[in-house]
Parts: sequence; C-alpha cells; structure tokens
Amino acid sequence: MSRSNQSTLTQNPLEKTWVPWMKGRLNKRRGSSVPQFTNSPTLIVMVGLPARGKTYISKKLTRYLNWIGVSTKAFNVGEYRREATRSYNSYEFFSPDNTEAMEIRKTCVTAALKDVYDYLTRYQGQVAVFDATNTTPERRQVILSFAKDNGYKVFFVESICDDPEIIAENIKQVKLTSPDYTDCDKEEALVDFLKRIECYQQTYVPLDDHTDRNLSYIKIFNVGSRYLVNKVQDHIQSRTVYYLMNIHVTPRSIYLCRHGESELNLVGRIGGDSGLSHRGTKFASALGDYMRSQNISDLKVWTSHMKRTIQTAEFLGVQYEQWKALNEIDAGVCEEMTYEEIQEHFPEEFALRDQDKYRYRYPKGESYEDLVHRLEPVIMELERQENVLVICHQAVMRCLLAYFLNKNDDELPYLKCPLHTVLKLTPIAYGCKVQSVFLHIEAVNTHRDRPENVDVDRDPEEALETVPDHM
Amino acid sequence: MKHRSPSEQHHGKHPRVGDCGAAASSTAQDGMEDRTPTTPRELTQNPLKKIWMPYKNGLPEKHISQRKVCMTNCPTLIVTVGLPARGKTYISKKLTRYLNWIGVPTREFNVGQYRRDFVKIYKSFEFFRPDNEEGLKIRQQCASAALNDVRQYLTEDGGQVAVFDATNTTRERRETIVQFAEQNGFKVFFVESVCEDPDVIQENIVQVKLCSPDYTNCNTDEAVEDFMQRIKCYENSYETLDEVLDRDLSYIKIIDVGQRYLVNRVLDHIQSRIVYYLMNIHITPRSIYLCRHGESELNVKGRIGGDSGLTARGKQFAKKLGQFIQTQSIVDLKVWTSQMKRTIQTAEALGVPYEQWKALNEIDAGVCEEMMYEEIQEGYPLEFALRDQDKYRYRYPKGESYEDLVQRLEPVIMELERQENVLVICHQAVMRCLLAYFLDKTAEELPYLKCPLHTVLKLTPVAYGCKVESISLNVDAVNTHREKPENVDVTRMSEEALITVPAHH
Repeated sequence: MSRSNQSTLTQNPLEKTWVPWMKGRLNKRRGSSVPQFTNSPTLIVMVGLPARGKTYISKKLTRYLNWIGVSTKAFNVGEYRREATRSYNSYEFFSPDNTEAMEIRKTCVTAALKDVYDYLTRYQGQVAVFDATNTTPERRQVILSFAKDNGYKVFFVESICDDPEIIAENIKQVKLTSPDYTDCDKEEALVDFLKRIECYQQTYVPLDDHTDRNLSYIKIFNVGSRYLVNKVQDHIQSRTVYYLMNIHVTPRSIYLCRHGESELNLVGRIGGDSGLSHRGTKFASALGDYMRSQNISDLKVWTSHMKRTIQTAEFLGVQYEQWKALNEIDAGVCEEMTYEEIQEHFPEEFALRDQDKYRYRYPKGESYEDLVHRLEPVIMELERQENVLVICHQAVMRCLLAYFLNKNDDELPYLKCPLHTVLKLTPIAYGCKVQSVFLHIEAVNTHRDRPENVDVDRDPEEALETVPDHM
Repeated sequence: MKHRSPSEQHHGKHPRVGDCGAAASSTAQDGMEDRTPTTPRELTQNPLKKIWMPYKNGLPEKHISQRKVCMTNCPTLIVTVGLPARGKTYISKKLTRYLNWIGVPTREFNVGQYRRDFVKIYKSFEFFRPDNEEGLKIRQQCASAALNDVRQYLTEDGGQVAVFDATNTTRERRETIVQFAEQNGFKVFFVESVCEDPDVIQENIVQVKLCSPDYTNCNTDEAVEDFMQRIKCYENSYETLDEVLDRDLSYIKIIDVGQRYLVNRVLDHIQSRIVYYLMNIHITPRSIYLCRHGESELNVKGRIGGDSGLTARGKQFAKKLGQFIQTQSIVDLKVWTSQMKRTIQTAEALGVPYEQWKALNEIDAGVCEEMMYEEIQEGYPLEFALRDQDKYRYRYPKGESYEDLVQRLEPVIMELERQENVLVICHQAVMRCLLAYFLDKTAEELPYLKCPLHTVLKLTPVAYGCKVESISLNVDAVNTHREKPENVDVTRMSEEALITVPAHH
C-alpha cells in the first residue's frame, strides 16, 4: 500500500478531525470522529412467545444504538403481516394447522428479510433487529442461513417469562391498543390474545444450552432477574448485552431541567461557569416546591460540576450527585462569547455550525456528537435507576431528551429546552410520555433557531437574525 | 419464594442484606416528601479539584456530592466459587486491579495465603482430604481470619469492595458468608468459575500453580500429580450455584472461560459494572504496545498540550515504529490513536488502518494549554504548587485532572480487554493512566510513571500480572518528565518550583 506523505494531514473544518489528504479526497473512514467498531453488519434476532416484551426490547435497543451512533433499524414481522392480510379476524390465523396463513406468514418473513438485506448491505446500516417470535429451530435456521449468505453476524435475544402478572400487564399496555384489536371489546381481545399465545406454545423450542451452544445469544428470564449469555463475539454484542442487563420495566419518572437562569444567560453569553441570577434562584426555590409536590420517595438528584446546576440543587435540600459528564458542551475558543462576538471573530465557524450543528466541533471544544459519547454512562445509569431529577444544561438536556424521545441527529441540536421548565418523562407502552411544566418564573430565551442562510459568505445580519434577545 | 409484584421484582431490588442507609451529610434528608423548603448553602470551589462544594463557617461541609458518582453506599463482598485451578485468583486479582483503577477502594483476601502463613510448610494434597479433621479445622480458622480482616477493611479502613478468594464450594460455607455479610451490612455478590476443559486446567496449573510456594521443592510432574489429587478432594462435595436453590443470591457464573455466563439478580451499579468487566476479559495470549506520538514541535519548546505536528526526529521515530511493528510480525494488529495531529501523523507512517479515539486525547491543561512550566509558575504559582501537592487529583482551571482522565479512559481499557494485539499511540499523561491500570500502580505513583518519548512499552499478560518490555527505538528526543520537587508549599520560591523542569529550547 503506497503511503501518503506524513505532512499531508488536513483538519476537517467541521469536526476538527485530522485526516490524511489522499489523492485529493478526504479519507472518510479514518476521519470518523468516533471509533468504528463493527465491520460486519449485525443481525439481532428476537425470540419468544407473544407478550414477552420482544417489540419493547427491539424498539428500545434500536433507539439506544442509534443514539450512540450505530445506525440501526427494527423490522417487525407483525407489521408486515398486518400489511399483507389487512383485516385480522382472530387467533385462528396463528393456528399451526392453518396452512394458508402459514404461507402468508412465511412470505412476510421473506419480505422482512429482504428489507433487512436492503438496509444492511445496500444502505450500509450497521445493525438490523429482526422482531418476530422465531420460536422454532427451523425458522431460526432460515435466518442463520440468510445471515451467512450475506456475511452478517447473528445475535439472538430471547425473552422468557412465565409470570402471569407480567404477561397480563404487557397485553394491557400494548396489545389491546394494537391495530389488530381496534374494534374489539377489551375482554374479547384479551381472550383472543391468550389463545394466540397458545398457538405458539405448542411448537415453541427455546434456545437450547447444548444444541445451540455455538450460537451467540442472551436469554432474559422474567424481565431481568436472570440472564444467560452465550458466545459474545464482538464489541457491539457486548454493548448490547450490557444495555439489556441494565434496563428494567419498573414504573418511574425522569425529570429533566436546566439550572436556573445564570448571570451569563442574562447577557447572552454561552458556556462559562457563572452563578444564578436573581430569577434563577427563584426558579430553584420553585423547583424545590414542585419536586416536593410530586411526592416521590427515594428521588435521586444529579447535577453537573458547574456552579449553576449545583446552586440550583442546593435549594432542594436533599442529597445530590455531581457528574462531570453532565457539564455543558465545551465551546472551546468561543467560551463566554455572545453570538454576535462569535460572528465577528469566527464567521466561518459560525456558518459551519449552522450547516451541521450535530457534528460541528468548536475549535478546542466539543460537538454534540462528542457530548452524546460523554453522556452514555449517564444514560446507562438512568436506565438502572428509578426516579431521578437531572439538573443540567441546554445542549446536555437536548442530548438526553433525544435519547428518550428518539430524535435524530438533525433534530437533536434544535430541541426546545427552555430555562425554568421541567420535562417529566414517563415510560409508557413502547415510548415515553412527556409532560412539560413551566414553573412560572420568567427567564431569557437561549434558543437560537437555524437561520435561513448558512453559507460562509452570508452577511452578519443573516447569521444573527435568529439570535434571541439579551441584555 | 414469595411472589413479588412487578414493581418489586426489578432485579431483586430488595437485597437480602439488612438496610444499608445512605451515608449522611449533616443536613441529610431522605425523600422529597412533604417538608418545608430549606435555605441553600453557600458554595465554594475546592482549589485542588475545582469542585463546587457547600460550606459553613468558612469550612467545606462533607457532602455526599464529593463521593464517587453512584458507587454503592453499602460495602460489597465479592465471593469467588470454584474448584482449584479455575481462575478464581486470576479473576480476583484482575477485578481488584480494575476496581481500584476506576477509584473504588478494593482489596482481595486469598484464603490460601492465610493457610500458607499458618501452616508454613505444605506437605501434600492430604491436607485437603475431606476426612482430614485437623486440616479442616485449620482451613476453617483461616477462612474466619480472612473474614475478620474483610470486616476490618470494609468497616474501618475505608474499603468499599472486598474480594473473598477461596473455593467456597459448599452451600454451607457460602451460607456462613452470607450471614456474616448480613450481620455487617455488606452486599454479597458471588463469582463462580466453572470449567471442565482439561487443556485450560492444565495450562492454569502450569502458569500459576507450579511456581506456587506450595511446590517450591517439587519437580513439575510431582507437582501436577499432587495438584490433581488436591482438586479431587474438593470434587465430591462441590455444590455449584444452582438456578433454583440459589435463586435469591446475586451472582455470575462464568462457564468455560467466558463461553457462557449466567447472571442472577444484579442489585446495583457496582455489580453491574463488575459483570460487564468480567464478561469482557479473556485469557487469549496477546500483547499490548503503548507508546507516545513522535516528538512534537511543542515538546521541543517545553510547552504542554496543544495540537502541534511532529519534528523531524518525531517523524524519524514514526518511521522506525513502522519498521519495529513489521519485525514483530504481529497477527491482526489494531492501531489506535487520539484525535490529535501528532499521534495521527505517527500512525500514518505505519501504513496500516488505525482508529482515532477522542478519549485518548492528552489531558486538557485548561488555561495552561501551550504554556511552558516557567510560564505556569509565573502566571499561576498557586496552581503550580497545588499540582505538585496532589498531582493525581489536581484539575487545571477549565481543564482536567488525572482522575478525570481515568474516567475518560475507562471505555478504552474495556475495549483493550476485549481486543487482542493492539498498539496504542497516545500521550504522556494518557499513557501513564493506561500503564497504571496494567501494572497496578496507585494514584500516588501514576502521575510520575516514566513514559519517555520514542520508547515502546510491550505489555504481555503472564500468570497473575503483566510482563513489561521497554523498547527504545534509538531516536533522540527531549525529556518531558518533570519529577515532584522537594518543596511543594504555595510559599516556595520560583527556583524551588522549577528545579525539576526538564531542559528544552
């Protein structure tokens, strides 16, 4: 392999990463801002009877992997079936002797696998999650062959549960509202669904310790009280296992808010480590009242290492943990500047940021992409915990919110996270309910929308037109 | 087992051990239930770590916010389980090293060591025969002595995790330990190693048993034979952790050196981290190569930090590094760099693909970036002195500390454990942190480890530790190592502060 001259490293102006200038083109892979861990694409295959949380796990895992930068997509065979048959009549569709239905179901699997192929091979996705019951060795073999033909690694995730209460709760939360049961009364739907489960039970063969000893898989028993992990092959599977072992379904709420309005906020300056303004302290006090009104036992409170979040927490009168990882995005050379000053001194940087706010890294600072990596242990611990209040910062809160609400890279840096507003997130069904609570203490607006003109040759007025008011 | 409602069932949330209350601060309050609002405390910034803390009467208050984030409040007792030569001591030592490195005070207690101290001279496997009453009595006493030391460590000496390394192969013995833990308010987590592969067992015996003090006067064959008999003594009474009988215990069962794992009832953060770590380590032979970037422009000027390129000598080193790698004929070598120009330039000369990790970037010196030590002394004499007082915990203003670096590097270490042959091209402070992990150095030693430019350290795991080979590639470079000066008082003279600064242009 011919080597490029050592002195021809060039710094990508957006991400500030050094890349070799080879043959006049920037080498994409070397310049990536995060290490690339997967070479072969991975096919994650769910296994389990209906109402065992497979779709819950698929969606959550997909959300997590996308958030940490691994392009992932879930393929739910049930949806393909709904497309194919339009109207669901009854559990009889799933009876093992219903040959006509069997054909349809097989076709759906094939269609889904074709889309998996498109995603992983043509579209260059990294992980596909194949969400179906996959309860027989024959079906699993079909998938293994498919993966082998295409050079995908396979990792099975089996959910085993025999606790009738959990199953009933699952059915209530996600099945009764499924399109399959829109015109049914709840009792009828429940009865039909339980019969559906029975159809699978007859032919269900769980992953076997001996027969399947060469497969890579995790078996989850009773929503996480026990796990069996077999032959983890690589980094992405290891991270997947770690994630799955940390999530739970115990009801709880996560409260996200920013510190109270700070001195630097008032004058439109970004970053820094200033204290609370007068209104900021009033917010902190109101936050204390609000959290008390929520009447939560065993609430954990987390702050960053920056004065303004800690000052806010002090008003709550309870213990809190300081996380350096929750510090605001480092604006590098732009720390403590106003947007006007950034436009004046670094107009090109300012424009690049507007072009790709997620990947843009401040000179000697960070990008949102860096933030997400920094916040990953916070998210992992949030998954482990129950009721938590996180007092953080604008960019940080946007990253955390994007994780919970499944927002992509383009949306994330523009999520609205105003001062003095608490977001209460409560997991429900396959997603997250959000309640926005403004605590009625006025504060400056710190949200700058993307302007129309993002060219580096734009006029200052065009650059500054979306800057919010300040003193 | 009592049937629990779904909300209680979360990972066996209610530990068997008695209630371990959270460490209290003087204004501790437990929930956010109905209570009158409090006045906030004033904040002061700790000058060393730059952490904001509440203070009262001019003194910083002890507050839980100073503690390591999310680490357990109850001390944790990790208990190994398994027949001899299943890797229990290997796991104990490695886990202890890892936990200490990430800042969790941990110590291992090897009952075999207590037995050796007590019995002085080991005669034969007959000591371990199940019908050897005297032997049993002594072993019982040793276990008790060890547990006593565990109690001392966890309750009085500030330890957070104790690793109780013994066979613990009977349910009865384990029950004793669980009761001991309950009485003292410790959480218990079992780590069982199960292995029936004769090759692995043989290799274990060869690597760590033959050189044990028990066998100093034996030849290899005698030692192996005796040890096999020793294992047999335990086999009959071995009760492995059972899915049903032991379902209320928290444990991980490691089967066949990591082919399979069974994980039951992980209770908290530290147990979760332990499980993740144990699931990522392996024993496949491999080597890790650590080195710094080639000499940089700022290096020769005696300036710290920055993002400069290589000098001519630096480029020469890079070239020689490439040649060195070739001669090592390493199978499937991975090369990692930071995102700073100087490490990438170095890697470019190797002609192989490499991965850039932002986490490998040099320590951020904040306001002192690109300064010479002389300039730091002039502009920030107080900071300079504080750094010498506690170099590990000292955080540059708007920068980082070694302690921060370790946290930042943890995912790198985790991935290094997963990988096989890796070359890491990084920076002085970063390399010190990584080296400290592999060589089990303390927080005091870490910031002063010698990591000169143009030198490759080859680390090869062997027995319970790591063999280090230092390879200088014979390309001159400036010295960038500044020793701790004698006088670290804030009142010291400039000359005293600068006495250990290495020469530069």
